Formats: sequence, C-alpha cells, structure tokens
Amino acid sequence: MTITPSDPSTPLVISAQQLRNQRARAIGNFFVAMLFLAPSLVIFISFVFVPLLKTIQISLYLTDPIGRMVAFAGVDNYERIFSDKDLWNSLKVSLNFALYVVPSTIVLSLFLATVANARLRGISVFRVIFSSTIAVSSATASLIFLFLFHPAIGIFNYVLDLAHLPRVNWLTDASTALISVSMVTIWLNIGFNTVIFLAAMQGISQELYESATIDGANFWKSFRHITVPLISPTIFFLIVVSTLNALQTFTQISVMTRGGPIDSTNVMVYLIYRAFYFNGQYGLAAAMSVVLFVIMLVFTVLQFGVFERRVHYS
Amino acid sequence: MSETNPRYTPAQKFFLYFLLIFLSIIVLFPLYQAVITSLGTEADVSNYPPKLLTTAFRFENFADANNMAPILRYLFNSIVQSSTVMISHLVMASLAAYAFAFIDFKYKNFFFLIFLSTQMVPWEATIIPNYMTIVNDLKLKDNYLGLTLPYLATAFGTFLVRQFFMSIPKDLHDAAMIDGCGRLRFLITIAVPLARPALGTLAVYSFLTTYNQYLWPLLVTNNKDMRTVQIGLALLQDQERFLWNVVLAGVVMILVPTILLFIIGNRQLIRGLTAGAVKG
Repeated sequence: MTITPSDPSTPLVISAQQLRNQRARAIGNFFVAMLFLAPSLVIFISFVFVPLLKTIQISLYLTDPIGRMVAFAGVDNYERIFSDKDLWNSLKVSLNFALYVVPSTIVLSLFLATVANARLRGISVFRVIFSSTIAVSSATASLIFLFLFHPAIGIFNYVLDLAHLPRVNWLTDASTALISVSMVTIWLNIGFNTVIFLAAMQGISQELYESATIDGANFWKSFRHITVPLISPTIFFLIVVSTLNALQTFTQISVMTRGGPIDSTNVMVYLIYRAFYFNGQYGLAAAMSVVLFVIMLVFTVLQFGVFERRVHYS
Repeated sequence: MSETNPRYTPAQKFFLYFLLIFLSIIVLFPLYQAVITSLGTEADVSNYPPKLLTTAFRFENFADANNMAPILRYLFNSIVQSSTVMISHLVMASLAAYAFAFIDFKYKNFFFLIFLSTQMVPWEATIIPNYMTIVNDLKLKDNYLGLTLPYLATAFGTFLVRQFFMSIPKDLHDAAMIDGCGRLRFLITIAVPLARPALGTLAVYSFLTTYNQYLWPLLVTNNKDMRTVQIGLALLQDQERFLWNVVLAGVVMILVPTILLFIIGNRQLIRGLTAGAVKG
C-alpha cells in the first residue's frame, strides 16, 4: 500500500516543533476567543445560569422577608404551596388563559396572513397595518382596552347595546374578566404571528398553486392541501411560542385586573410576583417559579411529541 | 415579480380589497380610539355613546398628561435605558459573533450551546435572584445600571450577526490577519460595516423590546423620577381624578416613538423577527 500525500508541502511525520506550535496556536485561539465572548458570558452567567440554580436553592430554604436563606427546609415549601388552594387556582387560570389565547391567535393570524398574502397593488400597506401591534407595548394596550371595556362609556358595551344584547361588566365580573384579558392579548399577539405566517407563506413556490389551479383545485382546496401542510412547521413553532408566552403573561394582569375579581385572573406569574414582592415569601415564590418552569418544559416536550410527527418538514 | 396578478377577476379584486380594508379597521381600531379620545374634551369622553369621531382638537390634553405625571421625564429614562441596552447588544453581539464565525477554538460547540440555552430559560425562573442581586447586593434600585445590567447580553443578536459574518469569505479574514490587521481592527473596519443590515435589525429589535419592558422596571424603580414610560403610565390610573382623555393622551405620547420606529425600521424589524422563526 502506498500513501500519496495530497499536499507535497505537508510531510507525513509531524515534527515535535510543529506539534508544539500547533498546541500553542490552539491555546492562543482559545484565549482570544474567550476575550471576545467574555462580555456576554459574564452577563449570562451572572444573570441567567447562577440565578436559575439559585431559584432552585431558595425554593428549598426557609427565607426571611428580604429573601436571605435562613434554614434548609427540604421540600417544605413545595408541600406548602401544593396544599394551598391559591396555587391550584392560579394553575387553572393560567391554563385557561393559554387555552383562550393560543388557538384564537393562531386562527386569526393565519386568516390575516392569508388575506395579506394576496398579490395586489398596495398590499404592503396592509401588511404593515396587520403587523402594527408588534410596536404596541402590553402596558399601553392594556390602558387602551381598559377604556374600551369601560362598563358605562366603553365601545364594547356600546356595540352590545346596538345589537340589543345585555351589557357585560367585562373586567369587573369574575366570569368574564379572564376572557377580557385574553382579548387584549390576542390583539397584541396578532402582529407578530401574522408577520411570521406571511414570511412562511411567501416561501411557498407560486408554481405549486398554479399547477393546482390547472388541476381544478379551488382556493379552499389549495389552502388545505398546499398552504397548511407547507407552513405546518411555522404553525407548530407559533403554538409553542404562544403557549409559553401565555403562561408567562404578567403586564396585562398587573395593569387591568391585579389578579381580581376574586382571583379569577390571578395567573401563576402574578401569584409569584405578589408572593415575593409584596409578602416577602421568597422561598414559596421560588418554589412556585420552579413548578411553572417544569410545567413549561413539560408543555414544550409534549407539544413536540404530539405535533411534530404530523408536521411536514420539506 | 410584479405586484399585480392578472389571475384575479374584478369581482375577486373588489372582495379582497373590501376584506383587507375591513380587517385593517378592526386591527387599527383600538389605536384609533386612543388617538380620538386623546384629542377630546372631558365632556366628550364621559358621555355615552362613545365618540367615533372627534370635533375637538384639545392639544392641551398632552400638556395636562405631562403635568399629571412627568411623562417627558419617563420618556427620557426609557430612552436612556433602551439606548444603553441597544448599544450594549450591538457591541457584545458583534464581539461574540466574531469569535463564533472567525476563530477556530476548542469547545466552540459547547460555548455555542451555552449561548443557545440562555434562550430557553424563562424569565420567571431567574427574576427573584436577579431582583435580590440588583436591589439588595448591588444597591442599584432607581439606577440606570440596575435597569439595564441583567439585559446587556443577547444570544439572539449573536446568532443574527454570526449568520451575517459567516457569509464573509474566510480568505478575506485570513488575508487581513497576514497583512497584520489585528482581529479587532478587522472586526471594526471590515466585518461590522458588511453586517450593517443585521446590526440595523438588532438595533431596532433591542430598542423596541427594552422600551416596552414592564416587570423589571416595575421591580427595580420606586422613585418617581426614575420610572420608565410603561410603568409611569400604568400608574396614571391610580390618580384620584381619572380623566380618560388625559390618560390616553399620555398613552399616545409614549406610543409615538415606537410607532415611528416601527414604520421607519419596519423591514429591519420583520427581518429580525422572521430570522429566528421561519427556518423552524
């Protein structure tokens, strides 16, 4: 067997000197790379990784009112929160909230994106309008909707009056408050979701639609058999992202309802916020954060398991 | 590719435009009502039915809003906060992206994974220790550094800029190194100018998300002079004399910068949002 060196300048045997040089260069490169990564790494370690571990640690300790760990408590905090009806209520509220928000957001943005995907003159103006809620913050949207939901002078009750339907006490009635907060959230989410759907739709080759039309497919058939399968990875992505966002919603609750009336909108993160910020129960709040973190993880894995098998990746 | 499509019949065209306009009205309606109300008089907003058009153009509402709460001060705070985070993101992301794109170093994949995993940690899993670090340990309550410090790095931005750097031929980098061009000089004089579109996207995205932050500023600011727009405004509803036209004038004032940024930086912003999403 003969070995032919591909490059005549590379000898078959590497000398000790070259090996040393190579190693020195590798160490040098590593050192230089670390210098470039250092600013980001310092922030990530100090404000993401260490705090993540510290949250778990605090959840296992008895804490004083400013969060200092006093004594190891094992799973006491977890036992306490799980025996308390507040946690179960908040879990239910958060899950209901996700259920109200996610499917409606996906369906509405899919509809908006489909319409905005039409090839017409001036369509880009409509695309900008449909995505405009990206620029609106949750706090400002909440204030605007607080006015629209106003029982006496708000537009929503005015529309009900026009339709001769009974008025609704949107945010002050425990049976409608969560739905009202969901409506703001859906409106806020539509911009982002529409943008992502539109980008995915524009990636579909126009020829596919043309040949489908030649084969006699109508709009609905093309939508169902071409658009939906080809954007299914995007639908999946948006369901995961929207669910995680819904489970972490805080601002709308803080501005519009403060968890009320009678805890009907007291979502998980609002419960956590109140526990550590107002009541100084850091150990309990940390335990609740860990529980929510685990729930979100389980959701993500489940959604991958359920949906991903049906998703079409080209 | 032409914008118009000859395949639509006139009837279809009419229907599509009708649908587009109808949906636009619904999407824009809350913003429209905010603007209309912010220009109305006290009588306009306290009477039923609600006005869908305004006859008054009461620009004093904006001055009143600023008297009720120092909104211009809040705006200043928010702009300082958002600019700090934005500049830091541009610098840190460029540096880290350079390492990932141009340096061959050991454990590169491991460090890349570290960056990636920061995106999977939800904020509620870190917020309690971060609050304790900033407020109790570093005593940075009511301080611009406290507002921004935990958010100065960006994994998303690093990936965005790295993607762009990877399209720069490696030979160009190697040639520059041989010519004695330092790594930092290459980054600043060659790589960063070439990656301008990605950096523009990151700038718009970072500014907007920071400006719209709510929970963190709520936790770490207490002093009226240090509040940012989002919480300063939300606190307007605690006033005894609650005037909707004045409150919504405040809302419009703090929406103007983001709406302007959205219109001017629309393409950058959408490129950024879709960068992470569509590839799935």
